[in-house]
Amino acid sequence: MPTKSQKKGKIISRTITYLILGIAALICLFPFLWMISTSFKPMSEIYSMPPTLIPKSPTLENIIEGWKGADFGLFFKNTAFITLLATVGTVLSSSVVAYGFSRFQSRLSPFLFVVLLGTMMLPSQVTLIPQYLLYNKLHMIDTYWPLIIPSWLGGGAFNIFLFIQFFRSLPKELDEAAEIDGANSFQVFYKILLPSVKPVMLAVLVMALVYNWNDFFNPLIYLNSNDKFTIAIGLQFFKGSQGNVQIGQMMAMALVSLLPVLVIFATCQKYFIQGIKMSGLKG
Amino acid sequence: MAKPRVKQSKIAKRQARNFYLYTAPWLIGFIILTLYPVLYSFYLMFTDMNLSGASHFVGLDNWIYAFTDDQLFVKAFVNTIKYVVIFVPTSLILAFFVALLLSRKVKGLGFFRTAFYIPYITSGVAVTILWGWIFQRDFGIINYVLSLVGIKGPNWLGDKNIAMISIVILSLWTIGNNIIIMLAGIQDIPTSYYESAQIDGAGFLRQTVNITLPLCTPTIYFNLIVTVIAAFQVFQQPLILTNGGPLNSTYTAAMHLYNNGFLYGKMGYASMMAWSMFAVIMVITIVTVSTSKYWVFYDD
Repeated sequence: MPTKSQKKGKIISRTITYLILGIAALICLFPFLWMISTSFKPMSEIYSMPPTLIPKSPTLENIIEGWKGADFGLFFKNTAFITLLATVGTVLSSSVVAYGFSRFQSRLSPFLFVVLLGTMMLPSQVTLIPQYLLYNKLHMIDTYWPLIIPSWLGGGAFNIFLFIQFFRSLPKELDEAAEIDGANSFQVFYKILLPSVKPVMLAVLVMALVYNWNDFFNPLIYLNSNDKFTIAIGLQFFKGSQGNVQIGQMMAMALVSLLPVLVIFATCQKYFIQGIKMSGLKG
Repeated sequence: MAKPRVKQSKIAKRQARNFYLYTAPWLIGFIILTLYPVLYSFYLMFTDMNLSGASHFVGLDNWIYAFTDDQLFVKAFVNTIKYVVIFVPTSLILAFFVALLLSRKVKGLGFFRTAFYIPYITSGVAVTILWGWIFQRDFGIINYVLSLVGIKGPNWLGDKNIAMISIVILSLWTIGNNIIIMLAGIQDIPTSYYESAQIDGAGFLRQTVNITLPLCTPTIYFNLIVTVIAAFQVFQQPLILTNGGPLNSTYTAAMHLYNNGFLYGKMGYASMMAWSMFAVIMVITIVTVSTSKYWVFYDD
């Protein structure tokens, strides 16, 4: 039986735990509330002291003017197009490559597996300049090719590794049974193995969606014309042209650009958490 | 004897054929987008290649220039190391601490996990711009809150002694994935350890120090390596928040590489930057890996 003072100590430590977690959650979420709040405030209220959390005279002007201030509709369309193609490529190519690694052997396969893992440690800067020169030679600068091609060529060592881990956990008897039934190796892959690792597939899918939607560096390097910009570059460009003067419009457009990510996250949260946990597994 | 051997090699051949067939996308990508670029950038480091493609072999000139005439080269590395040294330990301690609290069977775990994870998932240009507004000196919300308790807030992004700290604060806000990985690591620890500790009368603090922390070291080790590599490449936050200023106090190595390569078209020099970043990252990683046997405990 715990004594009274032990019980009291437990209540205090529980309270402190919730208090700290509550403050931490507030710090994480408050900036978003602040962004929403600023987005719906007229300029005069944005710069008034003391600041208000709930706008006294809410307005849609920031969203309307911000949207017109740059071609955000087009930026959205461009980003959606790139994100879609890159994500499909990532899921397809990383799963196919992982199938090759986990089910077949050649003399070089153990060595190539080590190489695959090694590429995860390689900072992207080392390959950046020659890649740029290569795309330049192929006249692919200011096109979407450099943003999409890598996804179709393996889709990142990390995603391949994730699939390999899970394919390896599936018994080989599964494949053999299907082969006896006359399935060829590709049918084994997409009829037997792929459906069995659906959670991994969805985790890779949602993470690729968000990664490509948020990507700033690659579009910054490879895209030059305004009408090809993605939302991330568009925002940065908009900031450059408006400065801190139109902070309401800036916040409104930042908010709008986040909506797709937040919607994907809200609907697929389970798969994100799964993906993160799996990424920790190799530790 | 001869027959099975033929059969064996036939199977092996089929195996090899399928291996190369299915891994072909990655193999092609690896050769074109990784292997060739790595070798080529190593060569470029010793040239004065510019955007138009004109190039001469210049030996170690890029390196000599970096350490003698380029005022920003050393500065960029010092700034980057400063960022890494402040950010990496604080992020690991914070992530472990929050994960530790979350592991105490709290109610509303799902809510907290979501709250901590959202900044990570949205991290990009939009939230960086948002933080620029939060850090604003006169109308920013942080300085307003500070003024309520009688503190005159600093010029977060405009003071050369504070700007880098502000960038670290923004980065610390996005460590939700580290928290979730740490939490998974803590939850993997068998409850039997805690039960026997409780019988011995060990409190929460002693359990944390003697059980949770040591058994969590493999997870911390993994997070440490990944975080160091990522932190060393910090680019987007300083570019958008401060553009390297004030007085180059937030100018990082990745920004110096970007500016040289893509603003000035000095591809040879940018390649030298890439390799010097890689060298520093390698040294840190090797030191981490080789010291890991003294502080990482595997429970088996």
